[in-house]
Amino acid sequence: MNHPFVRRLPALLLLLLLGGCNTVVMNPSGDVAAQEARLITISTVLMLLIIVPVIILTLLFAWKYRAANKDAEYAPNWDHSTVLELIIWGAPLLIIIALGLLTWISTHLLDPYRPLARIDAKRPLAADVKPLEVQVVAMDWKWLFIYPEQGIATVNEFVAPVDRPISFKLTATQMMNSFYIPELAGQIYAMPAMQTQLHAVSNKVVHSEGFSANYSGRGFSDMRFKYHSVPTAEFDQWVQSTKAANAALKLDRANYLVLEQPSEKDPIKRFGDIEPGLFNAIVDRCVGPGKVCISQMHAADAARAKIVAELCNDPRAAQNTVSLKKQNVATN
Amino acid sequence: MSQPTDHLIFGRLGWDAIPYHEPILMATFAAVALGGLVVFALLTKYRLWGTLWRDWITSIDHKKIGIMYMILGLVMLLRGFADAVMMRMQQMVAFGDNAGFLPPHHYDQIFTAHGVIMIFFVAMPLVTGLMNYVVPLQIGARDVAFPFLNNFSFWMTTFGAILVMISLFVGEFARTGWLAYPPLSGILASPDVGVDYYIWSLQIAGVGTLLSGVNLVVTIVKMRAPGMSLMKMPVFTWTSLCTNVLIIAVFPVLTATLAMLSMDRMFGTNFFTNDLGGNPMMYVNLIWIWGHPEVYILVLPVFGVYSEVASTFSGKRLFGYTSMVYATVVITILSYLVWLHHFFTMGSGASVNSFFGITTMIISIPTGAKIFNWLFTMYKGRIRFELPMMWTVAFMCTFVVGGMTGVLLAVPPADFVLHNSLFLIAHFHNVIIGGVLFGLFAAINYWFPKAFGFKLDPFWGKISFWCWQVGFWITFVPVYVLGLMGVTRRVSHFDDLSLKPWFWAAGIGTAIIAVGVLAMLIQFGVSFMRRKQLRDVSGDPWNGRTLEWSTSSPPPEYNFAFTPVVHDNDTWADMKENKYQRPRSGFVDIHMPANTWAGFTIAALSAVCGFALIWHMWIIAVVFFFATVGATIVHTFNYKRDFYVKADHVAKVEGERTRMLESLA
Repeated sequence: MNHPFVRRLPALLLLLLLGGCNTVVMNPSGDVAAQEARLITISTVLMLLIIVPVIILTLLFAWKYRAANKDAEYAPNWDHSTVLELIIWGAPLLIIIALGLLTWISTHLLDPYRPLARIDAKRPLAADVKPLEVQVVAMDWKWLFIYPEQGIATVNEFVAPVDRPISFKLTATQMMNSFYIPELAGQIYAMPAMQTQLHAVSNKVVHSEGFSANYSGRGFSDMRFKYHSVPTAEFDQWVQSTKAANAALKLDRANYLVLEQPSEKDPIKRFGDIEPGLFNAIVDRCVGPGKVCISQMHAADAARAKIVAELCNDPRAAQNTVSLKKQNVATN
Repeated sequence: MSQPTDHLIFGRLGWDAIPYHEPILMATFAAVALGGLVVFALLTKYRLWGTLWRDWITSIDHKKIGIMYMILGLVMLLRGFADAVMMRMQQMVAFGDNAGFLPPHHYDQIFTAHGVIMIFFVAMPLVTGLMNYVVPLQIGARDVAFPFLNNFSFWMTTFGAILVMISLFVGEFARTGWLAYPPLSGILASPDVGVDYYIWSLQIAGVGTLLSGVNLVVTIVKMRAPGMSLMKMPVFTWTSLCTNVLIIAVFPVLTATLAMLSMDRMFGTNFFTNDLGGNPMMYVNLIWIWGHPEVYILVLPVFGVYSEVASTFSGKRLFGYTSMVYATVVITILSYLVWLHHFFTMGSGASVNSFFGITTMIISIPTGAKIFNWLFTMYKGRIRFELPMMWTVAFMCTFVVGGMTGVLLAVPPADFVLHNSLFLIAHFHNVIIGGVLFGLFAAINYWFPKAFGFKLDPFWGKISFWCWQVGFWITFVPVYVLGLMGVTRRVSHFDDLSLKPWFWAAGIGTAIIAVGVLAMLIQFGVSFMRRKQLRDVSGDPWNGRTLEWSTSSPPPEYNFAFTPVVHDNDTWADMKENKYQRPRSGFVDIHMPANTWAGFTIAALSAVCGFALIWHMWIIAVVFFFATVGATIVHTFNYKRDFYVKADHVAKVEGERTRMLESLA
C-alpha cells in the first residue's frame, strides 16, 4: 500500500482519545468545565461521522484506482453527478445544522456571564443560595483575588468552597491576560479598563493550579496561582485564619500601588482587610492619587458632545457659546 | 553618542544593539557571514554579477520573479524551522529547576519570529511565487498585467524579510507574539526596537503583497486567452483570483492597523492604549479582520494546486468543476464573517459568539465539498502516485483532522477550554502544514520540471515525504494531548513533570521533520546533478491538462508564440485530444516589457527608510523617504519600457522546440 501512514491514522486518533480521557480538560472537577468537556466529545463524534468515511474512501479510492490496477473502471470524462453533488453538499450541511443548533444552545447555556442554574447535573441550585463573589485582578505577573464579602484578599492563591457557585468579576492592571483554571471552568480574558465575568462551581475537593492563558510578557510563564477547592467549613476556617493572621495587612490604595509594580514568581500573600471599592477603582483606572477615573472622563465627554449636538441643532443657542466654553474649561 | 546631532543620525542605534552576549546569535551570524562570503566569492569567480543583475534582479519576467519568490520562501522556511527546533528543544528541557537554554527574553522573540516568518515570509512568498509563475501560463498570457509592479512587489516583500533578518543581529525582534497585541506591543510595555522591526518589515512587505494582489487580479480578469470565459478557467486560476481579491480587501486593514499601532508608539496617540479612550480590543478585532481572511489567502491557492494535481494524476477531468468554483467563492465571502472566533473568550455576548461560531462552521461545508470533489476525481481514475499526488492524498487525510479540530474550536464553550492552548497550536499546524505546506510541496514537485526543464529526484522526494508524514504526526499528536492536559501556548518553563514525555515525543517528531527538510534540500541538489537523466523534453512530463503544459520546459520568455484559443476548461487535454498541431511558421514580432532597475532600487531605498524609522534615525529616515519618492518619480520618466522579440528569434526558438519534440517521436 502506498500510504501506510494513513493506516496508522485511526490508531493515532485512538491514542489521542485515550490521552484525552485522563486529561484535566476532559475530566475536570467543576460542573461548567465538565459540560464544556462533554460538548467537545459530542461535537467530535458528530464530525467523525463525516471525517471517518472521508479518510476511508480516500484510502480506498487511492488503492483501488491506482494506475497499476488495470481491472478498475476508468472513466476519464466522468465529472458530474447530481446525486453525488447533493450528498456532497447535503451531508456536511446536515451535520453543521446539528452542530449549529448545539452551538447556539450550549453557547447560551454556558455563557460565562449567565448565573448558574445548577450545582451539577443532578442538583439544581436552590433559590436562596448567594454565589461567592470574587474579584480578580491580573497583574504583571501575578494574580490578585479580592473577597469583598469576607473582607480579605490574596495574591497567587485562590481558595473556593465546594458546591457553592462562584461569581468572578475580572480586570487587569496593564496587560491582557486570560484567567484559566482548567479544573473549574473555561477561561475568560482579564483586560485593563474593562470588566469581564465568569460563573463557575467546583464539585470536588481539589488542589490544583490556575494561570494566565494569554501571553503577557516577561513573567508570563510563571504567572500561576494555587487553586484549592475545599469543603465549606474548611473555607470558612481559612477565611478566619487569614483574617486573624494578617489583621495588620490591609489592601488599601497605598498597598495596592506597591503591589501593582511588575514582579515575577511572587509567593502567596494574604491581606486580612480590604478597602471597599478598590476593585471598581482598578477598573476605572484611578487608584493612584490625582488620577481621573475613566467613567468621569466619559461623562465629561458625553456632556460636551451633548452641548455640541444642541448647538448644531439650535443655532440660536450659539449665543450662549461663550458661557459654555467657560463650563468646558471648568469640567477639564 | 550623547551629542544631539549623533542622535539625529544614529537614533537609538549604538554598539549595545549588537548581541555579543548571545552565543547562539553570534554563531548564527558567523555562519550567515561565512555563507555570504562564499556566495560572494563564487559569484565573483564565475563572473555572475552581471547575469544576476540583468537576468534576475531587474527581471520583470513573471516566471523569474515567481522563482525568486519561491527561493525567498524556502530560505525563510529554514530560518522559521530553526526557530521551531529551538522552541521544541527548550520545552523538552525546561522543567523544574532547569530554566532551559532560552531565557524568556530570547524565547519570546523566537516564537514571535517563528509565527511572523512562517506566515509572512514563507507561506506568502511561496503562494505568491506559485501564482506568479503559473497563472499567466495557465491563462495563455505572456506576462502579468503590470510587469514592473511585479518586480517591485517582489523586492518589497524581500526587503521586508531582510529587515526581519537584520533584527537577529542588530537590536532584537518583537516579544509580543506574531500578532503583536497591545497593550503588550505598546510603547510602555515594549519600548525597544523589537515591535518597530515587526511593524516596518510588515508594512514594507505588505505594500508588495497588496500590489501583487492588484496585479494578479487584473491579469486574471483582463488577460485570459480568447475563449477562456470565467467558467473555463483552470481551478488554480480561480482560487488565485479569489485569493488576490481577498488580499486587496484585507491587506489595507493590516496596513491601517499597524499604522495606528506605530502612531501610538511614535506620536503618543491613543488608539489601542489602556488610557485616554484607547482600547486594545479594537486592535484585536482589526488585526483578525485581516488575520482570518489571511489563512484563506494561504490555503485557497493550494486548494487549486490539489485540484490540478488530483485531476492530472488521476488522468481524469476534475469532478464537479462548477461546485468547486462556487465552493471557492463561498469560502472567499464567508472568510470575512468569522474573525471573532479568535477571541470568543474576551467576553462577547452569547448571541455574538454563537453567530461567529456558526458562520465558522458553515465554512466547513464548502471546504468539505472540495474534499469530496477531489475524492470523486480519484474515483474511476488511473491514479499515478508521483510525488505531487502523494502529497495530495496525504493532505486529504491530514487536513480533515485539522478541519475537525477547527470546527471543534468554533464551538464557543469548547473554545473556552481550548483557546490559547496547545490544542489550538496543534490545530493550526495541522491545517497549515497539512494543508498549505503539503500543497506547496505538491506544487513544487509538480511545476518544477516546467520551470527548470527537469523533474525533481523522486527518491529523495519520497524520503522527504515520509519524514514529513511521520514527523508531523509524532510532533503534533502529543501537542494535541498537551492541550487537553491544560497546557497553554508561549510558556517557556514548566513545573509539571508529567508533561515531559509528551514534549519529548514532540521533539522527536520535529527531529524527523528536520530529516525531511534536509532530504528536500538534498533532493534539489541531487536533481540538479542528475538533470540530464531527469530532463523533461516534451514540456508535458505529467500528461497535464492545462495550458502551461503546452509550452516547452522551461517556457520561452514570451510563453506563447501565438496566443492559444480556448474551447474547454481542460484546454491542453482538449487540444491533445483533438490532435492540435503547433504552428511552425508565420511568426511575428512579440511585444514584451523591458527589464528595469527601478523595482529593486525603490524597494531598497524604502527598506533603508524603514530601518531608519525603526531606530529613530530621523535625518536618514527623511532623506530616504524623499529618495524613495524621488526614485519613483524618476522611474515614471523611463520610456524604454518595452521591446520586440524579433520574429526570426521566435522562429529559431520555436524551431528548436520542434526539433526537441521530434526527437521524442
